[in-house]
Amino acid sequence: MNEVDKSLKGSDHRFGVFGGRYVPETLMPALEKLETAYEEIRGNEEFKKRLELFYRDYVGRPSPLYRARRLEKFLGAGPIYLKREDLNHTGAHKINNTLGQALLAQRMGKKRIIAETGAGQHGVATATACALFNMQCVVYMGELDIERQALNVYRMKLLGAEVRPVNSGTRTLKDATNEAIRDWVTNVDSSHYIIGSVVGPDPFPRMVRDFQSIIGIEARYQIIEKHGSLPVAVLACVGGGSNAMGIFQAFRDDPEVELIGIEAGGEGIDSGKHSATLEAGRPGVLHGAMSYLLQDADGQVSPAHSVSAGLDYPGVGPEHAYLKDSGKAQYVSVTNDEALRAFHDLAQQEGIIPALESAHAIAHLSKIARDYKNSGAVLVCLSGRGDKDVAQVSLLEME
Amino acid sequence: MTIGIVREKNTCIWGRKVTAISDCFISKRDEGRSALIPYVTCGSPSLEESLDILGLLEDAGGDIIELGIPFSDPLADGPTIQSSSQLALENGVNVETVLRILSDFKRDSNIPVILFSYLNPILQYGLEEFLRGVQQAGAEGILLTDVPEGSDPSIEGMILESEVDFIRLVAPTTDYDRIAKISKNGQGFLYYISRTGVTGARDLLREELAKEIVAVKRVSEIPVAVGFGISTPDQAAMVGKVADGVVVGSALVKILKEEGMEAASCFMRSLREALDLGT
Repeated sequence: MNEVDKSLKGSDHRFGVFGGRYVPETLMPALEKLETAYEEIRGNEEFKKRLELFYRDYVGRPSPLYRARRLEKFLGAGPIYLKREDLNHTGAHKINNTLGQALLAQRMGKKRIIAETGAGQHGVATATACALFNMQCVVYMGELDIERQALNVYRMKLLGAEVRPVNSGTRTLKDATNEAIRDWVTNVDSSHYIIGSVVGPDPFPRMVRDFQSIIGIEARYQIIEKHGSLPVAVLACVGGGSNAMGIFQAFRDDPEVELIGIEAGGEGIDSGKHSATLEAGRPGVLHGAMSYLLQDADGQVSPAHSVSAGLDYPGVGPEHAYLKDSGKAQYVSVTNDEALRAFHDLAQQEGIIPALESAHAIAHLSKIARDYKNSGAVLVCLSGRGDKDVAQVSLLEME
Repeated sequence: MTIGIVREKNTCIWGRKVTAISDCFISKRDEGRSALIPYVTCGSPSLEESLDILGLLEDAGGDIIELGIPFSDPLADGPTIQSSSQLALENGVNVETVLRILSDFKRDSNIPVILFSYLNPILQYGLEEFLRGVQQAGAEGILLTDVPEGSDPSIEGMILESEVDFIRLVAPTTDYDRIAKISKNGQGFLYYISRTGVTGARDLLREELAKEIVAVKRVSEIPVAVGFGISTPDQAAMVGKVADGVVVGSALVKILKEEGMEAASCFMRSLREALDLGT
């Protein structure tokens, strides 16, 4: 048990001062039930075996660890390893979490699933799990994201989900999350809310982290096997932060491994149009948890911005806030333009089209790779593939 | 006669901390009537009308006023209050504005006022400073929809120890042990949410509601007011028969915005009349 788990043993459900359960009273009993059910499956071998079987035969796990030699040469860098979550069924790491939570919901007797989605990857992964387990699926998605991610909207519908457009507020992930929570408050007895990232009230952040920790567990084993030692740095993009938490988790007790989270710098921090919550936000409460938050002086949530719909979120997982403040991880940002350049670079150097979210991690890699050339290998979580982004990027480039 | 309201237990415990709010319930109880608690978002539909709206609520029969401090992401609210909150924010309303309007209103009025909001605007204003400001402005209570019992002992403790009542919510999903605990730590009254879900007018109340209210009152040590979805005089009368107070929010906010103050005043009076006749 690491120290965070110990701190969660208490009744306050926090990571240091972050996290907690700041929710309407209606949800409090549901969160307690969810916590109990979750504690139960954590130690349940049968549940673990069932999930592992789906991970192997349905998702295609373990996802490969790939050494990107042409990219190394292109960047003038040392060994670079990509954890290929983009090769998972449905094209991103999101499926690790949705299968786990859907199985849990099934055990809890819930027949209806609610989800929010930004880029649509979590929505697709949830719709997929619901098709697999024969559950009703309702996905909330901001109208702006529906425009940006038309392909994923169709995918969700094809999989049998109902996609409900959200036209309030900024019409993006934040507002879709509001609407999903409102649905859960209303239908709490029949429904489980599969939250898509390490955000929301406890136990969601630690539960999603644990379902995503398979990324780090595999990557740690694979890099020792292939490279012979631990990486010097682990990079992952951070919107809510689930792929980052998933890969960081396996390395957080290794002081020699630097953990670097990359947020969306949008048009630059100074422009005010960004989603760099940890870099430019300050602590506050949104969606049931205390964490860093983009907000104005009055505590009203500021609109986030990123070319990548999956990172376009003014909050961030509370455990990332804790890792930042305790100095266990560092958080930086790259701009839209830098991410778009990396999108091209990885495609041309390696024949891999990354998701725009993951392209943020690649963009930071290209800035720092040379610094690590002589110290060891760098591990990057390639959290998703970019097919969903091709239409949007080609339009952007025509403008 | 209102069920449970004259029970000895309530009589003695209601007096455990006589605040303006509990005093209001005691006097309504003595009259054999249920309290009418209107909600409005401060600064919506316009900042200029805010003071007059509060006066209207008092004049048209309100017993306690719930005054909303807008938040950009009101998770517990339906479309009507989401839009009034948005409008208030566009009108430049913040915590300071609300305290100033409240303070102006309180100069000529004694009606108890509860400030209704979410945690984040309060947290950014500074909780200690907020509690000081609230007391200076003359509010009698605070209700924060996203700070349920046990969610943050240090924040809850500070509000409980302040001079104003900390109003807690109870939902249909809350079990009786938890209701007992909430009422034990509760101040002023318990706010029973009439259904799972967000705020907003509904055509029908659930059939089990009356029974649930009676059951909650049996467990509660303090008065029980009911809100969420009560939008017509008939509904208010039905709930008022069993509850110590009735909260009307979205329906009132909607009328204020779409039909104006005159219509809102008529609506308030019709609620008052229904409550008084119905009990």
